[in-house]
Amino acid sequence: MSALFPLTLQGVAVRRQGKRIIGPIDLVLNPQGPTIVIGPNGSGKTTLLRVMHGVERINAGSVSWAAQDRSKHAFVFQSPIVLRRSVAENLAYPLRLVRTPAAQIRETVAYWLDRIGLGSVQNSPATRLSGGERQKLAIARALVRKPDVLFLDEPCANLDGHATHEIETLLQEISAAGTQLVMATHDMGQARRLARDLVFVLDGKIHETGLASEKFAAPQTAALAAFLRGDIVR
Amino acid sequence: MVDIWDGFSAAFWLIASFDAELWEISLRSLRVTLTALVIASVIAIPLGTYLAVQRFRYRRFVISMINALMGLPPVVVGLIVYILLSRAGPFGVLNLLFTPTAMIIAQVVIITPVIASIAHQSMRELWAEYHDLLISLNTSKWQRIVTLMRDGRRNLLTAALAGFGRAIGEVGAIMIVGGNIDHVTRVLTTAIALETGKGDFALALGLGFVLIGLAIVVNLAIHTLSRTEREGQW
Repeated sequence: MSALFPLTLQGVAVRRQGKRIIGPIDLVLNPQGPTIVIGPNGSGKTTLLRVMHGVERINAGSVSWAAQDRSKHAFVFQSPIVLRRSVAENLAYPLRLVRTPAAQIRETVAYWLDRIGLGSVQNSPATRLSGGERQKLAIARALVRKPDVLFLDEPCANLDGHATHEIETLLQEISAAGTQLVMATHDMGQARRLARDLVFVLDGKIHETGLASEKFAAPQTAALAAFLRGDIVR
Repeated sequence: MVDIWDGFSAAFWLIASFDAELWEISLRSLRVTLTALVIASVIAIPLGTYLAVQRFRYRRFVISMINALMGLPPVVVGLIVYILLSRAGPFGVLNLLFTPTAMIIAQVVIITPVIASIAHQSMRELWAEYHDLLISLNTSKWQRIVTLMRDGRRNLLTAALAGFGRAIGEVGAIMIVGGNIDHVTRVLTTAIALETGKGDFALALGLGFVLIGLAIVVNLAIHTLSRTEREGQW
């Protein structure tokens, strides 16, 4: 369990151009395993994750961690952002930012290249990788500084089944190794496979939270029940 | 039409006979222009990148001014630099008027806004691509600027080459501040102007073709040295 938690959001609201995106949100997150944020498209999952990570400006409320240390978080975006550098250089980049010794960078990069199976293309431009490979690279790059918490925004959106399976396996491994995952998805199968805790977001508000096994078995609200059935929920 | 062929012929013989004066003024043209290019790039590239990543109160105004200065009339720049460097001017004591240094100063003033504006445009696009990642990785302002300049170096090269193109063909300002003095400040463009004035169109055209050839050779050399347009490069 990371010392960063609990994470407390009090009355958090985000507005853009006068339009409410999320909020008001009150949430205490003290997860014991992977936390999956679910909800329909446009419900505010991405914004909620960005608020938690501290890259989204809030218009009201407060976000507080038990221990405030942003260097202990990492974020993987829905569309993987790869630097216009080689695959190996992408992995080395976060370590160079914090002046990691060269030998340690080489060692860490070699480990992650092997772990994500991109050793054979380590000197190729990262922009030439496939969607699944890019996402694996983005996840590995987020992990090279050994964060306590990893936020993932629909990391498997637009990926095929094989790539999704590879990424889920990687996520399960890093979760088992102690990294706290907070992930947004609208793929219910993936949520069932990965989640220990569930946060259901609807219309920019937290609708339901709790143990995933309980929520999947007996949702408390009609909206979550409908969402889990695959109905269109507004 | 005859004049153009005469020009080709004159250019060929000037080059084939290793004409000493041609070499002298060509090398002076290159020295002045490349020196101005290096100085302007050192100022303009970080400035363009800074404007891409930093928000401040008068940013729009500064960008508009730089864009407007791209169209600075060279004769006006020449006149202002002339006044500043003339004996009665504030920098008269430096005795720089009618020297290659004065020509370099005028060229720097002319091409810095060109390079800064193009650099800003390309860095702005790269910043839009990298923004979320670099914010998420907690990078400092300086790290962001260095990262953009490194990963956008091919685009920055294009900006610098645009500045080179503007400088190598410049005549108005350097004629005023250089004086077109034989063996001292005469360069290809001022020599062309002189020969045209004397009515020796063939020689003027010949020098013109040499100038065009020089610009092409320098562009190709820079592209080759920086290994652009290679598969997998950015």
